[in-house]
Amino acid sequence: MSGQGSILDIQGPIVVAQLPNARTGEQVKLGKLGLMGEVIAREDARAIVQVYENTEGLRPGEPATALGEPLSVELGPGILGGIFDGLQRPLETMLKETGERIERGLVIPAIDSAKKWPFVPQEELKVGARIGGGAILGTVQENETITHRILVPPEVAGELIDLAPAGDYTVDEAIGRVRDRQGHIHKLHLSSRWPVRMPRPFSKRDHAVQPLITGQRIMDTFFPLLKGGKGAIPGPFGAGKTVLQQQIARWSDAQIVIYVGCGERGNELTEVLDTFPKLSDPRSGRPLMERTLLVANTSNMPVVAREVSVYVGMTIAEYFRDQGYDVVMVADSTSRWAEALREVAGRLGQLPVEEGYPAYLGSTLAAFYERAGRVETLSGGHGSVTLIGAVSPPGGDFSEPVTSHTKDIIQTFWALSKDLADARHYPSVDWLESFSLFVDTAARWWHENVSEDWLQLRNKSLRLLTEAEELNRIVNLVGVEALSSQQRWTLESARLVREGLLQQSALEPKDSFCSPEKQYLLLSLMIDIYNRGAEMLRLGMSVQELLRLPLLAKARRWKIAYASDELEGLKQEARDIVPLFDALRAEYASPTAKKPQEQEAGQ
Amino acid sequence: MSMLEYSSAAWARGGLLAMRSVPEAALGDRVVVRDHTGRSRSGQVIRTSADLVLVQIFEGTDNLDLERTWVRFLDKPFELALAPEVLGRVFNGVGQPRDGRPPIVARLSRNVNGASINPAARAYPREFIQTGISTIDGMNTLVRGQKLPVFSGSGLPHNRLAAQIVRQAKLLHAGKAESHGDFALVFAAMGVSHSDARFFEESFEESGVLGQVATFINLADDPPIERLILPRVALTCAEYLAFDLDMHVLVVMTDMTYYAEALREIATGKGDVPARKGFPGYLYSDLAEIYERAGRIRGKAGSITLIPVVSMPSDDITHPVPDLTGYITEGQIVLSRELAAANVQPPVAVLPSLSRLMKDGIGEGMTREDHARVASQLFASYAKAQEVRSLAAIIGAEELSEEDNRYLQFAEAFENRFVSQGEREDRSIFQTLDLAWEVLSLLPKEALTRLSEKDLDARYRQAAAE
Repeated sequence: MSGQGSILDIQGPIVVAQLPNARTGEQVKLGKLGLMGEVIAREDARAIVQVYENTEGLRPGEPATALGEPLSVELGPGILGGIFDGLQRPLETMLKETGERIERGLVIPAIDSAKKWPFVPQEELKVGARIGGGAILGTVQENETITHRILVPPEVAGELIDLAPAGDYTVDEAIGRVRDRQGHIHKLHLSSRWPVRMPRPFSKRDHAVQPLITGQRIMDTFFPLLKGGKGAIPGPFGAGKTVLQQQIARWSDAQIVIYVGCGERGNELTEVLDTFPKLSDPRSGRPLMERTLLVANTSNMPVVAREVSVYVGMTIAEYFRDQGYDVVMVADSTSRWAEALREVAGRLGQLPVEEGYPAYLGSTLAAFYERAGRVETLSGGHGSVTLIGAVSPPGGDFSEPVTSHTKDIIQTFWALSKDLADARHYPSVDWLESFSLFVDTAARWWHENVSEDWLQLRNKSLRLLTEAEELNRIVNLVGVEALSSQQRWTLESARLVREGLLQQSALEPKDSFCSPEKQYLLLSLMIDIYNRGAEMLRLGMSVQELLRLPLLAKARRWKIAYASDELEGLKQEARDIVPLFDALRAEYASPTAKKPQEQEAGQ
Repeated sequence: MSMLEYSSAAWARGGLLAMRSVPEAALGDRVVVRDHTGRSRSGQVIRTSADLVLVQIFEGTDNLDLERTWVRFLDKPFELALAPEVLGRVFNGVGQPRDGRPPIVARLSRNVNGASINPAARAYPREFIQTGISTIDGMNTLVRGQKLPVFSGSGLPHNRLAAQIVRQAKLLHAGKAESHGDFALVFAAMGVSHSDARFFEESFEESGVLGQVATFINLADDPPIERLILPRVALTCAEYLAFDLDMHVLVVMTDMTYYAEALREIATGKGDVPARKGFPGYLYSDLAEIYERAGRIRGKAGSITLIPVVSMPSDDITHPVPDLTGYITEGQIVLSRELAAANVQPPVAVLPSLSRLMKDGIGEGMTREDHARVASQLFASYAKAQEVRSLAAIIGAEELSEEDNRYLQFAEAFENRFVSQGEREDRSIFQTLDLAWEVLSLLPKEALTRLSEKDLDARYRQAAAE
């Protein structure tokens, strides 16, 4: 049903229109320009509409039309590898049709309706079968990486009275029909629509069990996130949020990656568009773009569409989850989305609570993050949506509303530090501020798949880093000479862990992605060096001598010397340490060994 | 164009004029206001309804007599007249000449708000611009199409730095500088003093680029509301030069903090809900609309490189204007009061400075093969040297270890030889990198873990030994 009315008042992205019978959430088309918007409130016969596009040129008195449907996305083959704006309009198509500037009032379907897709019906499925929402009708090989599973829309159930044979179909051609209990016939297509603000249904929530392997040591080894978990990356500008998010989008072992650029830089999306088709998945060897979908609402694009873009991304993520895939959705940055909420709330004159944000900020964020998770799908399989949100706290202050609310909701918190970034320690994840609630679950996976002592080594290295932090405080007060030899060694070993393990350059070809095996080998090597050094100190070797070992400088370069498929070299390094320390031990354990006191006095 | 004039002003304050019963004024429409003296002012509709239309007046609302104010709605958005002859001219914030010469004859006119560039249409910036300044070229490389602000404070030489960049910026082709022919400069000044404005003018004149500059100027004693439209007008001009005339345009905007303060003034007048420090919640989006107009477009020869100057009130980098700017721009060059006091010129604080687009504009074929690692090593070593310095401040330099002492020497040399350079010194990227090796060679080889063995074999001490 659609209603006609007229525009009464225009203020920035908020338009008031005379629109009796319009429902909140309903789409509205405004003015001669045909701008799209959405009803966010009703007052008597007036609808308050937030407009997704710039309202310049709109006049009071122009027509307003309620379209009867909430904002929905189109879901079907052909969306992977694409770049869409916050309303799921394909930006590449827009570029071809209207040029390099985004025109207003454009309606372009997300999926090319002329393209035919090779549909293969599910073999066991016979006409006459009873099927429910979410059941798999068949498949379309969308590209070499991804098999698109065609699902019965969640709201449809009944008897399958028709199923198309294998063949090529467009997304609009019917590939089957279902008769429901009431006798209504529903046509089924390769594509379907779903309203973005409504979470897609599933059978039940399930435990997350597997770590998401991102190839980033500070994440996988130190602060793991599970497939189906919720993580946040807060950090001031210049701390490296975007690089880290892009690293996750590149290397994580999810099957589908949805990257939502929400209110961020245009050039960053261009970089993704430029580089992803050239990069290949370390596991499948196929171009990364085949499993990636971009939603782009850059900072200069209209603010209301920014608010919508995260929901568009999430709905697409859920759609692939329902096909049984592990999906990672990266939202950069959720703060811009929250600011869009604030802007609309402010224009509506809603009472601000903290820093101008409306009272519902916390609940809105929570409800959104809760759409992540590992689930049992309607068709009985398993799928997950892992949500990673970047947060951009003003002034780098983590106590601001968006960061603090997000921190309450998520399970893994990768806090980026300006100080580390300034010292070019990347990724600038602060190991003292960050946390993961998933360490024990992740440990089970590491123990089964990599090594039994993973958790022990991880905890030991974290302890080393924490101790070093304490010692640093002492050093800053009284100088390094006040420390004992063991303490100095702790300090130096922590430096080794920082430089040889935690620091990982996205630009280093051999280290941009680090396999779990390499992560473990490096971790165990660093701890091994620490243990052996500590032993040598007990035997009387001086810390100065220990620090002069060329091994320490070499160990810092191992990460860039051996790629994840050259681990034999790293294992050889591990073997070479043994004779080195054996020789040292022999020297110091012998009765003629020099006394450490003399040594240090001689310095 | 409508010839009707309305005199139904309801109220006027703080740059805003409210009009009653003006039928169907469109949002964003340009408005001409004639006051009782006959002087006309220009404005723009910022809110419109059947009962009340709110107009923002760029010349301000001082001395408006409500009963004797006549308003004409031009029935079109705010547009700027454009022609190649904008180069060499000086305009005010709304694009009218302020150099005493006649208005330009327009080839075309464009809406100053522009339309967003489709992200899929952008070309990724990767062409190295040599500014001749070591801290920028070596460690925070600028590329064509980048937006790289200068964060500064009152009394710091940001204007001198900006002028030096303008004088020296060139593109290298196989190590050689490119000609000036397709280069243009757009200079946008908001709230600057007369003396600063003159400094820039003289600097352009001296470097012989005056004929290639389009200047848009709003001085400190001009109406502040005009600052709201000025950057949009200037960037519309830049877009015309870059994407219609295929020129490489460098836009210098100073000072964005004054722009934001004007925005706050109007927002407060409208009763917008404040977010931080009284600035409206939409400051981020508003700044982004300006900054994101920089860039390159696929299939177009020209480019817009943007250098906004942002002064940090009380040197506070977390102040909303530098903070939000940093989130939008592709890095920042931060000036340091300490270095300025130590007479290091330009006083660039390299550690908080950053160029996000550096990584794709440097290296073999663009600058030099070892560039990225050298930069990374400089950052790491200087960061370490700063730690040593703070330690030395507590326990005294004589208590430091030998290695720590070398870090102190390195820091001194780095600041006095690498960072510091004359306003007239134009260093090639190769000179910059050689200088970097010279200062790095003050440190023991083992401390240089970000350089490869090969780099060290080839270049370590080479320079120092000379």
